[in-house]
Amino acid sequence: MNNERIQLGHGSGGRMMNELIHDLFRRRFSNPQLNALDDGAILPEPGGRLAFATDSFVVDPLFFPGGNIGDLAVNGTINDLCMCGSRPLWLSAGFIIEEGLACSDLEIIVGAMAAAAAAAQVRIVTGDTKVVERGKADRLFINTSGIGVISHNPAPGSCRIEPGDRLILSGTLGDHGIAVLSQRSHLGFSTPLQSDTAPLHELTARLLEACGGGVHAMRDPTRGGLAALCNEFARSAGVEIRLDETALPVRPEVAAACELLGLDPLYIANEGKLVAAVAADAAERALEALKSHPLGREAAVIGEVRKGEAGLVAMRTILGGWRVVDLPAGELLPRIC
Amino acid sequence: MNLAPFRDPAIAARLIEETHRVQSRPWVIMETCGGQTHAILRLGLDQLLPRGLELVHGPGCPVCVTPAPLIDHAIALAARPEVILATFGDMMRVPGTASTLFAARAAGGDVRMVYSALDALELAHTNPDREVVFFAIGFETTAPGSAQAVMRARSQGVANFSLLSAHVLVPAAIRYLLEDPGNRVQGYLAAGHACAVLGGQPYEELAARFHVPIVITGFEAIDLLRGILRVVQMLEAGEARVENAYERVVHHEGNLQAQDAIWNVFMSRGREWRGIGLIPASGLTLKPEYSAWNAQLKFGPPAETSTEPGICISGLVLQGLKKPPECPAFGRECTPGHPLGAPMVSAEGACAAYFSYQRMPEGRDDKSPGSEGAA
Repeated sequence: MNNERIQLGHGSGGRMMNELIHDLFRRRFSNPQLNALDDGAILPEPGGRLAFATDSFVVDPLFFPGGNIGDLAVNGTINDLCMCGSRPLWLSAGFIIEEGLACSDLEIIVGAMAAAAAAAQVRIVTGDTKVVERGKADRLFINTSGIGVISHNPAPGSCRIEPGDRLILSGTLGDHGIAVLSQRSHLGFSTPLQSDTAPLHELTARLLEACGGGVHAMRDPTRGGLAALCNEFARSAGVEIRLDETALPVRPEVAAACELLGLDPLYIANEGKLVAAVAADAAERALEALKSHPLGREAAVIGEVRKGEAGLVAMRTILGGWRVVDLPAGELLPRIC
Repeated sequence: MNLAPFRDPAIAARLIEETHRVQSRPWVIMETCGGQTHAILRLGLDQLLPRGLELVHGPGCPVCVTPAPLIDHAIALAARPEVILATFGDMMRVPGTASTLFAARAAGGDVRMVYSALDALELAHTNPDREVVFFAIGFETTAPGSAQAVMRARSQGVANFSLLSAHVLVPAAIRYLLEDPGNRVQGYLAAGHACAVLGGQPYEELAARFHVPIVITGFEAIDLLRGILRVVQMLEAGEARVENAYERVVHHEGNLQAQDAIWNVFMSRGREWRGIGLIPASGLTLKPEYSAWNAQLKFGPPAETSTEPGICISGLVLQGLKKPPECPAFGRECTPGHPLGAPMVSAEGACAAYFSYQRMPEGRDDKSPGSEGAA
């Protein structure tokens, strides 16, 4: 089907759709639950409390340095499940395809999804495909939902954040957003940078193993970046968060691209990083645990939680002045996740 | 370019210390560019300077000073079925009299965000059956790009492209502020990017005539601190020269090619600045020989005047006469989500900068995060 393009018939429920499901999705995602091809997947007893998450992906362009919409969609929901303190087990995948998408592109994307799922030992057990007329969607949108099982008690959650907690970031800021922006043809610049899209299940497992209940909350700074994440933490826990700008890891090429585009790395999306709020006495162990994994090698303590003013995020700047880190005001950027 | 040396905290600390040492009495300095205003507040730099050194924020935010009737005109053009209206992203949320380009797009207008004037010309190539209007915003920094697009449209015979010019010139605005009897600004940081085009020359006469030091200044921490220190040093010594503290980007004569492009295509004339008023010879309009690419002539003149909401003091803010928190609407009726005036909307507006970075409760100690245990 390499020279073909997706047609409305591929979503009609008839023979064309059957071929698509058998030749592509079932072949690539193959596992006992999916292969039954029932209306839904029947899953075994997982042995613990469940975490359930969903995310939709509309990134433009579909392919960018370091990944494509496929591995982004799988890793994105895996990471949401990890941030709840769970081990991801099963995913669903929903495809909304614009008529005319090259089948070869879809093959590559589905292949990337299969590889990402396998790498994280997660199964894609159920799915759905719709095709809409040309102009009614932008080539391909993917929704993934997932279920994970929680092994640690109490599970992390932003309501458990306390004054005194340290905030730890697992690596450099802004790599994904800038890699995607650099790929947009009209921006006319290219950076050697790659998206950081990656599953974080091993990182969260090591963190929980090292610190257990000392991990008060975890979240991945995707859309809205670190700024949005800190504001969400500060608001839901009713605390003040103080960041230290000198501690924030930012690659020089990301800093330079941000300068050129008038962007702040604090607001740029990441797809393979996490922020943990950790009890002060567990912070050192947490940092060591993160640094012991390749995805956490550049982990750093970037700030702390104070009683202070509920909902405020303040940052000590590189010069020693203070600024507020606000929620992003509005979205003028291209779609990056 | 590696920017790390221009953000070096140790160098910054030395420059701040030197400014404290040099300053003997109060001075008022204006940074003219919105990018500088944002950098100053983002770095918390104003908190580190001597108490008597007041930084006031100038009119250097091009979308903030674009008059509402011109935005209304762009919105009206966007509503025409044959028109694709292209402009920079910054302009999309700025309110005209009653609406914005985002709202115009939601209402069915074909409004496209572009990153350069040549992108808009490309749209004209790829949509030969449509009329592409480029709403050209910006100071002398972006004007050469617009000029190039118009020259190329003429040489390639592209008839379905035109320019709605909102280009304005920084030196004319500084002259206007200096001539104002209420002016309290004693020294200026000239906008580095704009000077990269016109150079330092247009400021020589202003510095001499009004006896004010003017320092061409960049946007990084070290750039800003060097510019501020030079202005303070000259003020303390009673000197009034134009100096360049942004040598890595700006040459004294500017970019001659870019100047040629501007003056080949545009001529200067009086232009209304939003909230401020008519400033002589401050706007760029297409020369008669480029009339075929002038959207104002192609589609007819804009609608008549408009008024700002009564409570908004954006005109005073843009002239450096008031600071955003002095506005009764600041942070209450007026926020980035519900802006009353353009400086609260734009990525370079002074009100947005204060709202984003400086709604800090009083009494912040300077202990670094991580130095204190549980509160």
